[in-house]
Amino acid sequence: MRVSRSTISWLYVSPLMFVLIPFFVLPILVVLVASVFETDGFGGLIPTFTLANYATVLTSGLTFNLYLATVKFTVLTWFFTLLLGFFVAYFLVFHVRNPLLAIGLFLICTVPFWTSNIIRMISWIPLLGKEGLINSALLRIGLIREPLEFLLYSGFAVVVAYVHQLTIFMIVPIFNSMARIDKRVVEAAIDAGASRFDIMRLIIVPLSKSGIALGSIFVASIVMGDFFVTKVMSGGGSASVVSAFYEDISVLQYPGAAASAIVLTVVLLAMVALILRTVDIRKEITR
Amino acid sequence: MSTAPQAVTMADERMTKRAIAPSRGGRPWTFYLLATLFTCYVVALYGPMICIYILSFQDVRGGLVFPMKGLSLHWFVDLFTQVRTGDVKGAFDRSIKLAIVVTVITVVVSFMAAMAFRRRFPGDNIVFALMIGSLVAPGLVLGIGVGLLFNAIGIETSPYASALGAQLSWTLPFGVLVMFAVMSRFNPAWEEAARDLGATAWQTIRLVIIPVLAPGLVAVALFGFTLSYDEFARTLQTAGPQNTLPLEIWSMTLNVTSPSLYALGTVTTIISFLIIGAALGTIVFIQRRRGARAS
Repeated sequence: MRVSRSTISWLYVSPLMFVLIPFFVLPILVVLVASVFETDGFGGLIPTFTLANYATVLTSGLTFNLYLATVKFTVLTWFFTLLLGFFVAYFLVFHVRNPLLAIGLFLICTVPFWTSNIIRMISWIPLLGKEGLINSALLRIGLIREPLEFLLYSGFAVVVAYVHQLTIFMIVPIFNSMARIDKRVVEAAIDAGASRFDIMRLIIVPLSKSGIALGSIFVASIVMGDFFVTKVMSGGGSASVVSAFYEDISVLQYPGAAASAIVLTVVLLAMVALILRTVDIRKEITR
Repeated sequence: MSTAPQAVTMADERMTKRAIAPSRGGRPWTFYLLATLFTCYVVALYGPMICIYILSFQDVRGGLVFPMKGLSLHWFVDLFTQVRTGDVKGAFDRSIKLAIVVTVITVVVSFMAAMAFRRRFPGDNIVFALMIGSLVAPGLVLGIGVGLLFNAIGIETSPYASALGAQLSWTLPFGVLVMFAVMSRFNPAWEEAARDLGATAWQTIRLVIIPVLAPGLVAVALFGFTLSYDEFARTLQTAGPQNTLPLEIWSMTLNVTSPSLYALGTVTTIISFLIIGAALGTIVFIQRRRGARAS
């Protein structure tokens, strides 16, 4: 009996599909359906088709502000993680001469990834707090008279916590693509008289594009889909799309929340699709 | 994977590396700049965590900030015995058991999916797109979707049904991506050689592919375990009435303002480090055994 190759392939991916269909496709469809139903105000859904939930979401100034706040955090986090991640990876690949040392330093960067995110977030409290280390140090050396209030429970703290958690998502893929750059290309560029800046602009950055794209997808989707960092680190001062969604759910306003969730998911997927258009991630990873 | 060619490529790499270092003896100024940046990054990465580990060892007078007040295990005892801090022990127990189940499924399913993705097959792009979609979808939205779905078909949410599935929708795409990277270093010639020598498909997988990929599979297991052990957003609406550990930590961040919280951080980190150590140890063990066999 001969089984065709594509049947074998499908047999291999079928367990994956048995998870993705009931736990990704169907839940998203359920949320989609809920978003076009009416609510009875007590957590029940009335199965009549309506687009009123979307109208509310898309026209409310509140939603607009939520999206603005979320996008602001996303862009800031993306910028700082990219900057840090790129140069850390660059340092490890091109400046550390001993390959074993480079791998060791790389592992040092990755270890915290395996520990609890929430714990890493709250670990900023003893540092940034009003009586925290940074404030007391600045007070002692007389640089400030009053403790700086903006350090904790503020937008600043939110960005710090995100960058702390997510830079690793930039370092790993960028390190991976940089490590595959043929050193002889760089050498040839030096021989041809390229400046350090030219090498960076014309060789390193274009050849690390896939790593940058992959890292950006991780960082952007995590920040946009997150709510506890914004909630805890801003001290309730600022909200995000998902935290508003969570509040809606806890007062049983399912349809409105669902509409907002669908809008967010669409925005997120569009963003990812846009990034994926610029690089073929699958080809890059399997290469 | 013998060591000799590897050593050659290493030496080769070192030579080219030396060749591209702009000035032979001294280092360029960018080295010092980037080394400083790197050091600052590592300090900022570990500093805060180390602070809370230290603060968790205060005595009964301890507070949430420095200076350190006394030295004791008070808050660890407090963590496991007080009603106020909730059922921490149970949460540890539930989280670790769930993470083990997630790990096993993640390793097996990611391995199989990666085997399929070695070739193109009709519909592969759809599977890939679904995977990426599942990876980037906001966790809380997905969790609520799963909750509503279970509600609609009349099943109670519980750790080993809804929470397990919700976590797998996150660990599997991750696992498959890692497997892609692992597989890209696998030489198909080895597989062909096995077939030429008369191995059946199953023998090829069991005796060639799995042993060669073993370190990568351990890495996938490490991913599966920690992603599940730390998973929060997807589990929040799907775990049923009893908390997993991240949910417990989350409720503690909202209610508990004592170093118990830091003690919990210390304990979970110790467990994470044990898991990392076990994974690295296994990889080293596999490589050693391989080296011993080769010689």
